[in-house]
Amino acid sequence: MEALIEEFPVIRDAFWLTIRLTLASGLAALILGTLLAAMRVSPLPILRGIGTVYVNAIRNIPLTLVIVFCGLGLGVVLNVSFSDSLSTNSMWLSIIGLSAYTAAFVCESIRAGINTVPMGQAEAARAIGLTFAQNLRLIVLPQAFRAVIAPLGSILIALTKNTTIAAAIGVGEASLTMKTLFEAHGDAVVPIFFGFALGFLVLTLPIGLLFGWLAKRMAVAR
Amino acid sequence: MTENGDTTPLVVLEGVNKHFGSLHVLRDIDLTISRGEVLVVIGPSGGGKSTLCRAINRLETVDGGTITFDGRPLPAEGKALARLRSEVGMVFQSFNLFAHKTILENVTLGPVKVRGVARAQAEQRGMELLERVGIGSQASKYPAQLSGGQQQRVAIARALAMDPKMILFDEPTSALDPEMVQEVLDVMVGLARDGMTMMVVTHEMGFARRAANRVVFMAEGQIVEENTPDAFFTAPRTDRAKDFLSKILTH
Repeated sequence: MEALIEEFPVIRDAFWLTIRLTLASGLAALILGTLLAAMRVSPLPILRGIGTVYVNAIRNIPLTLVIVFCGLGLGVVLNVSFSDSLSTNSMWLSIIGLSAYTAAFVCESIRAGINTVPMGQAEAARAIGLTFAQNLRLIVLPQAFRAVIAPLGSILIALTKNTTIAAAIGVGEASLTMKTLFEAHGDAVVPIFFGFALGFLVLTLPIGLLFGWLAKRMAVAR
Repeated sequence: MTENGDTTPLVVLEGVNKHFGSLHVLRDIDLTISRGEVLVVIGPSGGGKSTLCRAINRLETVDGGTITFDGRPLPAEGKALARLRSEVGMVFQSFNLFAHKTILENVTLGPVKVRGVARAQAEQRGMELLERVGIGSQASKYPAQLSGGQQQRVAIARALAMDPKMILFDEPTSALDPEMVQEVLDVMVGLARDGMTMMVVTHEMGFARRAANRVVFMAEGQIVEENTPDAFFTAPRTDRAKDFLSKILTH
């Protein structure tokens, strides 16, 4: 227990990094996932094809491989650099990997949401002269999003936990810090473990509650 | 070209054919709709009435033949098609009001987003139209809070908000509870009196007699008979029409 108190600043900083990874990747994945969903329902076969290939490739590769590719492939081989600081650079590379991976799941969730919007909504929108893009932006996607708030919450929870894989390229988020503390405090492994586990619950349980509440509040009455 | 008194037809269909797989739903349709005309299309279900109606704003594509609207062939896609659709109002059987938008937003969306009308101006016009169809007091509600009859009147106001050259009605009263049919038909009769060009797929004989200039009877994808409402309902010429009318007029 003393170990937890003694190392509190380190643990706090580690979780703050976990939170930043989650928020940045979540936002990027939401934007990219929405674009992918729009591509997958577009009338242009080439866009549909790109969307389909992306989702099926990325979704079926283990996240560890995606992150390691971002760290080594992008970072070392292609020399993609966001910062002179190694740790900041690794953070951004891992955000790219987490976003790219999570976007595939966001896309499929939104596509499921689009399927809940009755055909007549899009037809009525076309009938007053909205273009395909306007139809998607003003009529179909707003209703699709409201239908999939709860599943998007699940994806955000999964993302929060998936940020631990950034440890594979040396990003000092919560799980990597936990391992480091295990080594420094061999006699306090169990309290440290429970401390970190509790930290994740504190992050993820409210996400589930918030998104469940939002889903009810924002539901479209038909 | 589009001034009042223009005698060129608004819609011309020539040799229009359409298949759904092996089903031939429109067979060699020739039909002309004049400006200001109210055309009622009736006939047995599966006879191609709705498909014909939806082909005019290209919600259904056709396999053969030509359709012209206001002197121009229907555009195939893109901005030109969107512009054509903005000039042709459509009222659906299942209302299809935008479920996440208020009643007033339903009516102002088209003018603001398609026509670029200022929001304040669109809202003022929208309120006038909602008053006209008797829904003014419900403007801030959502579609699901209204009855079917009210929703369908909003759908008519939404179509009117675009100042369309014509309105297509695809079985506008078929999904309504019986006591709500009249309120919708009254609005439609008012539109007809004001000179709106209308194509109405319906089984409402009362509406046809009160408001229509012409009745087209469709069966098995063909136009079997066309006549004035009185002549058609009192003295149908074809056996197919006699048979159909005997089934719907006996009760």
